[in-house]
Amino acid sequence: MSALFKSLRFLLPLFVFLAIAGFLLKGLWLDPREIPSPLIDKPAPEFRLESLEDPGRQIDRKDMLGKVWLLNAWASWCVACREEHPVLVEFARSSMVPIVGLNYKDTRVDGMRWLAQFGNPYVTSLFDEAGRVGIDFGVYAVPETFLIDKQGVVRFKQIGPVTPELLHEKIIPLIQRLNA
Amino acid sequence: MIPEIGNFALMVATAVAVVLGTLPIIGAARGNVRWMELARPAARVLFLLVVVASSCLVASFLHDDFSDVYVANNSTHALPLPYKLAAFWGGHEGSMLLWLQILSFWIFAVSIFSAHLPREMIARILGVMGLVALGFLLFIILTSDPFDRLLPAAAEGNDLNPLLQDPGMVVHPPMLYMGYVGFSVAFAFAIAALLGGNLDATWARWSRPWTTVAWTFLTIGICMGSAWAYYTLGWGGWWFWDPVENASFMPWLAGTALMHSLAVTEKRGGFKVWTVLLAIFAFSLSLLGTFLVRSGVLTSVHAFASDPRRGVFILLFLATVIGGSLALFAWRAPKVGLGERFEMISRESMLLTNNVLFLAAAACVLLGTLYPLILDALGLGKISVGPPYFDTVFVPLMAPALFLMGLGPLARWRKANLPEIAARLKWAFAVSVVCAVLVPLIEGRWSALVAAGILLAAWIFGTSVVNLWSRVRPTAGGQIRTKLAALPRGYVGMLVAHIGVAAFIVGVTLVKGYEVEKDVRMDAGDTVAVGPYTAKFLGTTEGEGPNYVYLRGQFDILKGERLVRTMHPEKRQFNARGEPMTDAAISPGITGDLYISLGEAVSQTAWVVRVYYKPFIDWIWGGCLLMALGGVLALSDRRYRLAQRRATASEVTVAGAASGA
Amino acid sequence: MDESMRGERLRGSRASAATRMLAALALALAALACGSVVPASAREAQEVGDDPAAERHMMRLASELRCLQCQNQTLADSNAPLAVDLRQQIRELLAKGQSDEQVKQYLVARYGDFVLYRPPLKSNTLLLWFGPAVVLLAGLVALFLALKRRLARLESAQSNPQDADAESARAQRLLHEPIEEEGGLS
Repeated sequence: MSALFKSLRFLLPLFVFLAIAGFLLKGLWLDPREIPSPLIDKPAPEFRLESLEDPGRQIDRKDMLGKVWLLNAWASWCVACREEHPVLVEFARSSMVPIVGLNYKDTRVDGMRWLAQFGNPYVTSLFDEAGRVGIDFGVYAVPETFLIDKQGVVRFKQIGPVTPELLHEKIIPLIQRLNA
Repeated sequence: MIPEIGNFALMVATAVAVVLGTLPIIGAARGNVRWMELARPAARVLFLLVVVASSCLVASFLHDDFSDVYVANNSTHALPLPYKLAAFWGGHEGSMLLWLQILSFWIFAVSIFSAHLPREMIARILGVMGLVALGFLLFIILTSDPFDRLLPAAAEGNDLNPLLQDPGMVVHPPMLYMGYVGFSVAFAFAIAALLGGNLDATWARWSRPWTTVAWTFLTIGICMGSAWAYYTLGWGGWWFWDPVENASFMPWLAGTALMHSLAVTEKRGGFKVWTVLLAIFAFSLSLLGTFLVRSGVLTSVHAFASDPRRGVFILLFLATVIGGSLALFAWRAPKVGLGERFEMISRESMLLTNNVLFLAAAACVLLGTLYPLILDALGLGKISVGPPYFDTVFVPLMAPALFLMGLGPLARWRKANLPEIAARLKWAFAVSVVCAVLVPLIEGRWSALVAAGILLAAWIFGTSVVNLWSRVRPTAGGQIRTKLAALPRGYVGMLVAHIGVAAFIVGVTLVKGYEVEKDVRMDAGDTVAVGPYTAKFLGTTEGEGPNYVYLRGQFDILKGERLVRTMHPEKRQFNARGEPMTDAAISPGITGDLYISLGEAVSQTAWVVRVYYKPFIDWIWGGCLLMALGGVLALSDRRYRLAQRRATASEVTVAGAASGA
Repeated sequence: MDESMRGERLRGSRASAATRMLAALALALAALACGSVVPASAREAQEVGDDPAAERHMMRLASELRCLQCQNQTLADSNAPLAVDLRQQIRELLAKGQSDEQVKQYLVARYGDFVLYRPPLKSNTLLLWFGPAVVLLAGLVALFLALKRRLARLESAQSNPQDADAESARAQRLLHEPIEEEGGLS
């Protein structure tokens, strides 16, 4: 018994190393920079912002209750947003869900010009000049996209551009489930 | 043409490494003298080939050969010459070649300074190092080749990262790698001893100088990295517990434990298993550090561009080397004998406790560094582990070791007499307590943490003085001067290194306790009081460097009414890379640094300026340099003198061959 | 050292910030061209912010928080736009009388535990916070037991002490060194 313990003792460093190696292996496919959202399955934060196109019109959280909708944070200075924009424009044509833009830390002029140039998939864009609503939603790197259900609860967040694969594999099935 | 020669040299080197890594080791197991004799020449050929490859890379940089991808990514025509050379290790591929170059240098050195080693031993040592080199060669050729071509060639390069265009960065990586990679020698010695089944005091004696050299370089390398961060990064910090910093600190902790452990194995024949394990740990942590920096598994300011493919390769390499050596350890170590007897309280047991403490410290740093990854991998959330954690956990862990530093050198081998030690040290303890209480009061604000730090530092210093005095105190045996001259260099090295630790603690404690930081808005003519000085802003001038434009601020520094000096912090805009860089102005001093850096311009003439007064901060790096000096002194000990070694070489080889098998 | 660091710098200093920097440089240069550097009168510089003490409080708090754009800097040190915004947010929260804990909760509610450089003590960080102490204690206890066991084994074995002594002495002889005296360490 003590002989067994003695040999096991010497194997301990090897076992510890193998455990560490296992974690390192798993880690190669994780992204340490990606920050998951603490808002998932929690109510979306309160907001009230002016519309980008129509300064006189205000939109708040209550206006979006009762439907499943996408909130997409974008900006005219954001290079990666250009990558995902055609995907959103295409998706908007299907009218499956309303897409609301969150124009993050931008100017009205630049934002409108960008939409004119690259297309406008949004039913409207919220004009978040100071970025406060962005902070409330935990935005840290545009583009980011949130899927919010009929009760106003955040169900999904994508950090980085929305790709067609992501749309088909994750977002659309989830929309269908939430709409059912 | 030149890059192709470089590539070819690497491929031939790979073939040589295959030979070096297999035949001598098999030869040693089978008693095949011819295969064993291959080790030394193969080692030297390997080194020469890697030198050829490195020279090709250097030549490509010097010729501005932008048809080489790596050169194009890390240099420009206007880059000053020293930085063209440093650009060698400015990016991932080149730094891997530097790793390999330094490893092959160590292999070469071992092949030269090992005439006294038995044939089987040297065959195994060089063989193991050859296998490690093989791993790196394959990694470079298959995933990270600095000789890849860019066709058509770029007209102008991308410039070396501006943060690296600094004298500190020219020296820091090579120093660090000399240390990091140098632990491969102790590792190879340990594996060779496990393979040959001859772990004894002679093995420890042979290993020791190699370990001390590597440790010294690593100490200098880490010290330089910290000093560089301080004076380049612009926010006055000198240690961030960043994953890559930790990656160099963990081998240092293991290496320190190893050095102390080797001393015991050499003198008393004890701790053999511990020492072997520590040698494996030290180098394993070096390799692990290499993995962490390049795999994208952790985020870090230092991290190279990540690539999962590279990550997988290094991980496989890690698994083979570390897993293999730990498996060999598990198999062979239980058979090793016990060594001499020592009591529960003795210098041996204190040094063993020291080992446990240093290993626990290394484990603590490893845990903190890997924890975010572990949680993420288990799907348990994403957290950050930063300086607040490490500062809280690491310091209390090290404190007992620092206390032991006072007792250990005074303790007898085999059986320590605690009451005697206490009697000898009671004054040192009293003085330490007095200092601990006085210093915070002198500085103007009481702090228990500062008191604790000063207590430990004064304790280490005081006990070192007591130790020294007991050996040089005039007696019938001789006068002070003769006794001083007769002190073994190794002993002096220990004292100097321990005093270096005390100086380091003083620096850290006083800086953290009493540094002053102010963010102020300054217009031309405004003044700000900081520490014992007043800084007056005189405005900015513009100018051009070799590959950048700059705005230079001018500050007059006054003590009372007297102008002491002027300081010139800069904001630099590099032509090729287009990102502004802050170059802080630092006025160093033994009692404290004045540190000024330009923030943002808030109007045509006014700037936000950050000024710091950092008391005793240079004692941090001074302490590290003292530690390194201690290492150098230990190496210059009479026992390692070459002439003496050569005289006994022939006798020893015969006797050694008998004991080595 | 290139891609990743450069990427971070670019992420942190978007196109607008870089332009701002250049503009500031241009402005400063223009000011110099007009020769307006002569100080009218020496003034004690004001610390940034309306309330220096509150500012320092904010910075102290921010130095334990992580910047989410430049992820390897604290919120205090980073010049990323989000960091600037969050520092302003913290200023406002502190001015409203919120405690450090409440400010941290505010940020954690939006960004998760990732934003804290001091990991909170939760069920998933117990190992992190108590691990080192446990490892140390376990190590010391194991050492103590191992030493005791070792002494016991040496007591019972007869030949070991002489063997090790002989070994050590032979090693010394081989290298032509005198045997070390008691108490020396070199």
